[in-house]
Amino acid sequence: MFDTILIANRGEIACRVMKTAQSLGVRCVAVYSEADAGAAHVAMADVARCIGPAAVAESYLKGDRIIEVALAEGAQAIHPGYGFLSENPEFVEAVEAAGLTFIGPSAKAIRAMGLKDAAKALMQEAGVPVVPGYHGASQEGLAARAEEIGYPVLIKAVAGGGGKGMRLVERPAEFERALESARAEARTAFGNDAVLIEKFVTQPRHIEVQVFGDRDRAVHLFERDCSLQRRHQKVIEEAPAPGMTEEMRAAMGQAAVRAAEAIGYKGAGTVEFIVDGSQGLRPDGFWFMEMNTRLQVEHPVTEMITGVDLVEWQLRVAAGESLPARQEALTITGHAFEARLYAEDVPAGFLPATGTLTHLSFPEGARADTGVRGGDEISPWYDPMIAKLITHGPTREIALKRLRQALGRTEVAGSVTNLAFLGALAAHEGFGRGEVDTGLIGREITALTAVTEENAAALAQAALVEAGLWQGDGWATGFTLWQPLARTLVLDEGESRHELRLRVRGPGACDVEIGDRVIEARRGPGGWTLDGRAAWPFAVAGDVVTVFADYGRAYRVIRALDRAAGAASDASVIEAPMPGLVQKIDVQAGQEVQAGDRLAVLEAMKMEHALTAPRDGVVAEVLVPAGAQVEAGAALIRLAEDGEAAA
Amino acid sequence: MKLTSKLVTGSDAAKANRAAHEEALRVVQEAAEAAAAGGGAKSRERHVARGKMLPRERVANLLDPGSPFLEIGATAAHGMYDGAAPAAGAIAGIGRVMGREVMVVCNDATVKGGTYYPMTVKKHLRAQEIAEENHLPCIYLVDSGGANLPNQDEVFPDRDHFGRIFYNQARMSAKGIAQIAVVMGSCTAGGAYVPAMSDVTIIVKEQGTIFLAGPPLVKAATGEVVSAEDLGGGDVHTRLSGVADYLAEDDSHALALARRAVGALGGHGGGGLQTHPTGAAPAYDPDELFDVVPGDLRTPYDIREVIARLVDGSYFDEFKPRFGETLVTGFAEVNGCPVGIVANNGVLFSEAAQKGAHFVELCSQRKTPLVFLQNITGFMVGRKYENEGIARHGAKMVTAVATTSVPKITMLVGGSFGAGNYGMSGRAYQPRFLWTWPNSRISVMGGAQAAGVLATVKRDAIERGGGSWSEAEEAEFKRPTIEMFEKQSHPLYASARLWDDGIIDPRKSHEVLALSLSAALNAPIEDTRFGVFRM
Repeated sequence: MFDTILIANRGEIACRVMKTAQSLGVRCVAVYSEADAGAAHVAMADVARCIGPAAVAESYLKGDRIIEVALAEGAQAIHPGYGFLSENPEFVEAVEAAGLTFIGPSAKAIRAMGLKDAAKALMQEAGVPVVPGYHGASQEGLAARAEEIGYPVLIKAVAGGGGKGMRLVERPAEFERALESARAEARTAFGNDAVLIEKFVTQPRHIEVQVFGDRDRAVHLFERDCSLQRRHQKVIEEAPAPGMTEEMRAAMGQAAVRAAEAIGYKGAGTVEFIVDGSQGLRPDGFWFMEMNTRLQVEHPVTEMITGVDLVEWQLRVAAGESLPARQEALTITGHAFEARLYAEDVPAGFLPATGTLTHLSFPEGARADTGVRGGDEISPWYDPMIAKLITHGPTREIALKRLRQALGRTEVAGSVTNLAFLGALAAHEGFGRGEVDTGLIGREITALTAVTEENAAALAQAALVEAGLWQGDGWATGFTLWQPLARTLVLDEGESRHELRLRVRGPGACDVEIGDRVIEARRGPGGWTLDGRAAWPFAVAGDVVTVFADYGRAYRVIRALDRAAGAASDASVIEAPMPGLVQKIDVQAGQEVQAGDRLAVLEAMKMEHALTAPRDGVVAEVLVPAGAQVEAGAALIRLAEDGEAAA
Repeated sequence: MKLTSKLVTGSDAAKANRAAHEEALRVVQEAAEAAAAGGGAKSRERHVARGKMLPRERVANLLDPGSPFLEIGATAAHGMYDGAAPAAGAIAGIGRVMGREVMVVCNDATVKGGTYYPMTVKKHLRAQEIAEENHLPCIYLVDSGGANLPNQDEVFPDRDHFGRIFYNQARMSAKGIAQIAVVMGSCTAGGAYVPAMSDVTIIVKEQGTIFLAGPPLVKAATGEVVSAEDLGGGDVHTRLSGVADYLAEDDSHALALARRAVGALGGHGGGGLQTHPTGAAPAYDPDELFDVVPGDLRTPYDIREVIARLVDGSYFDEFKPRFGETLVTGFAEVNGCPVGIVANNGVLFSEAAQKGAHFVELCSQRKTPLVFLQNITGFMVGRKYENEGIARHGAKMVTAVATTSVPKITMLVGGSFGAGNYGMSGRAYQPRFLWTWPNSRISVMGGAQAAGVLATVKRDAIERGGGSWSEAEEAEFKRPTIEMFEKQSHPLYASARLWDDGIIDPRKSHEVLALSLSAALNAPIEDTRFGVFRM
């Protein structure tokens, strides 16, 4: 085993690798960009070295710099994680040329699988089923080819992309017309009307097989189902695949092992298959798509059902051991799920979000692979993944229930996340029944991203927290001789503004009025309740109170002082601050101006005073000409009020 | 030691007592609710329609969330001015702003435009007096048309009339007691001096106005036609005149600015109890006060039953228990604050008065605040007592009470009649706070006794003239006197005239005492210098 390894990655995977490595007594060297100086993986490492600025091209992709660090720190091997340099054969060669071990496959194996068409041909040779199709140069007799492949088929432009020049053909009668229009489109779009034909899988599922090789032989660690994808991004993965039969598992496993052995594969890899789910899983219904020559993001589900630590295997095999287990020794225990938690703005179309995670907490009973801690920043430089939540159970049903529970109890504040989306997906009925395919999320996206109704009780809780009554309420709180007093509070949740009234009735008793609703907050021996039900965990950061109800609701406190500070700049009339000569007028009526733009220059007391726009707007009128002598307070320029037509 | 109650819960007497207290409380509760409603629904609607917060909302939004609010004169002017001035058109009380105890005086513009009736003036002055005695910063939430003109003779000219408000502001400012005004509506004529005399003044844009004479008077006087805003609006006063310091966008902004101003006051004046409250409560449930205290003032009972329901843990270290037993004296704590308690347990005899004087001296020496629980029909009368010099002994107690420098808090838990009122720190003896229970009564003597005195004098005169006076005639003669005393001794009548700081629910006595003490401790306790005791 190595004494020291370098992890050429960041975030959760760097932490994941270090966790196992350190448990094996291996010293870990981390590398980091300037933006990651305070990151979790840096804190976790035994040694950490900065390798450049934030941009990945200048840091995490700088192979030579990373090798330098490895040599300088006495590392014997480099673990690439996933992404970045993990499937870069030149890097592998450079690592080896430096006398170090690359923890992963050979450059040759990576190259063999890197070219998708060549890989398919190679697999076909090795007896691994590939999606039937015609990729020939000749563009003659295509209808016959389609007939051979079997309908439905897909016509694709060879030079294609983005769905251009692509046609789905259900029946032979439609083929010629579809071909013509596909060619025409390809010609216009790419200047090349060559097409290929592939079998169209009507209800495709993405099922992949984890393999592990020691160059001489390979084993498989069963399959993972990654059908829940949004625009080819995996969202929730599971193992084993629902509906999988022993017969098909054996067929897929053998095919995957054949694929790995065909290229003398060393280390962890994944063979991806497209599977036709339209008539149940059948041994003749899966086809090779590609092989990923690295540890996958979703490797934990395999670990959960097999009990194998894949990183440990990677290290041991890289260090020269042969495969730690024989195929017969590998078994499946129970079922596992993984959900990928991201900082992303779901309503805005899943846009990556950034921000400081002011609070982050994962529930007991779930495995959370994460590379950030509370207080860490999700920067715009890297993947906005917060964590992978992994649950295991004796059955699929129990594992899924645990996933739902874990998602419900995950607490993230400071950034929007896809947590509610994951929760909705985990609660999806079809998914619950195991009816998964790669189109599921796309079809159900509206329901899965539906904005939940406002939650008056959570709002009331946020108000109590903001008012300082949650902890701070003590003796004589709310005491009055006769009627309780009602205080007003303004909270924003997203775009909606809520004005609430807090009527404190005594210590541990407050009625929160929200419109016509009254939420009775009471503190009992077990803490606060809202209308009788237990309050949620919450976190406060600055003006934001996040209540962890419905996967987290962030409420922004609107304070009168701040509100007024914004309103103060709504002045419309620009006046002379002192008597003087209007030296220059920079604008004319109807002109649009922005806050801070210079509107006029006043010469007074031997100084030139620039008069600037107090707000964005349109000049309604210029009230004095340049050259005019004006008194202090004289109106010079007027901005149009809202809704007023500019003159 | 911990007091032991002899209450038999569920007894007929307890039930009857409770029924009597509940009825007495109900009457006060109704009056308090009517007062809190201010000038009625229409007037409130008009107020709100102008974008203004109602006065109680203003107070609530000024105070810290959850702050206690010890209201002063909640039923002031009750039954006066034909009911035209609920709560005397103003809210006053002590609450916390930025953790600091302050006195808030808030005009209620829904009551006759917030104009000052005689009782409004008295309430405002009383609030200022409390602020001054206890070193509490004052925050005036101003929305008032000034003096109530039909009542000008009882509002303007005398020493304790309108002008005294500004006198007090100047004097308090000189003592370092902050004066902060928030102009949230009109502030006309004399009222203009409230903001002008303040240390810091905030005015609400296009809502607050300050001027010595409003537009109609200006027109009448000089013919100048000017809008209220141009004459004395927020823009004018914060930009041109300098009468106000901060321009607020609206009520909530103004109140936030006022909170900030309090936060900027710096060093804390005293060290109120709020910094170290123990939260301790009486061991006996204060709710039982309704069971143990007889519904009829004439029924004697042991005042220790009351003490047991007012003080922390019901612990009472009684002083001199075997001497002058009709006055109970001793030490206890109220929410962690040590106090000396002086409580009536019957008619005051010479021994009791001497003991009282002794105890007050003791507390003064130790700078322990005093709590007086009044249930007193007076000093004992008769030849024996006069001859032994009860007036001399009573005078000792009165002298001690009058001249002690420790804070005194008086609570009327029963009768307050005659000279007993003096010895037990009645209003004239300037207790820091004086609270009354709904069952209490206050008058120079009992109605029956007064009628009896008058009847005896009359009978003597009739009989000296050789006439005769039948029993029926005498009863008829006595009736109006009895009725008058009945009416005038009622706590609502008393509180309407601000003879006290308010009627309270007896069950809240512990909190009221604790908050009163907390406020009182904002001012340092001076050394006492007693007057000459007639030994």
